[in-house]
Amino acid sequence: MELFGMIVTGAGVLFLLLGSLGVFRMPDVYNRVQAGTKCTTLGSFLTIIGVGILQPDWFWKTLIIALFILISNPISSHNLGRASRKKGIKLCDKSVLDKTNEFKGYKE
Amino acid sequence: MELTYIVIIGIGIILCIIRMVKGPTAADRAIAMDTATTVTVALLVLLGFVFDRYIYLDVALVYSIISFVGLIAIARFLEKGI
Repeated sequence: MELFGMIVTGAGVLFLLLGSLGVFRMPDVYNRVQAGTKCTTLGSFLTIIGVGILQPDWFWKTLIIALFILISNPISSHNLGRASRKKGIKLCDKSVLDKTNEFKGYKE
Repeated sequence: MELTYIVIIGIGIILCIIRMVKGPTAADRAIAMDTATTVTVALLVLLGFVFDRYIYLDVALVYSIISFVGLIAIARFLEKGI
């Protein structure tokens, strides 16, 4: 059981490092939102559940924290991405298609 | 083994802080701060396991709630102003 918990926690820590590397290296605001949200959501979930497996007395509280992060992290990132698009921050030069120009309330 | 995990998470937080200093626009800085807070919640839970303190889980829960509300407020401010 201890080995399984260590493996789960290590996978989560690896995903957290990959998410931070994506935030550091991506060229654009929207790419950074994508990298920083998906990787850190999965990484935090796996790390916190892994600690709950390692220490079985703490399992229910770690499950509550992990579920809260699983719900709240995509909501806040979606709000930030929508706000930066509505403010008119440009996409990077390599991007080919932007359908949001047709919607109401979005600037060029 | 836990020390290795903590060092890896520390490298991730340092990368986020570099992006927060360099970032061209305000949205980049907000996104870097969002990522850094989510990474920090995981670091707090892991530190609670290493030091064997149950109270660190409460700290992690309150920290995640406060960072969520703060990010929503920052997004509102970027979109519409005060």
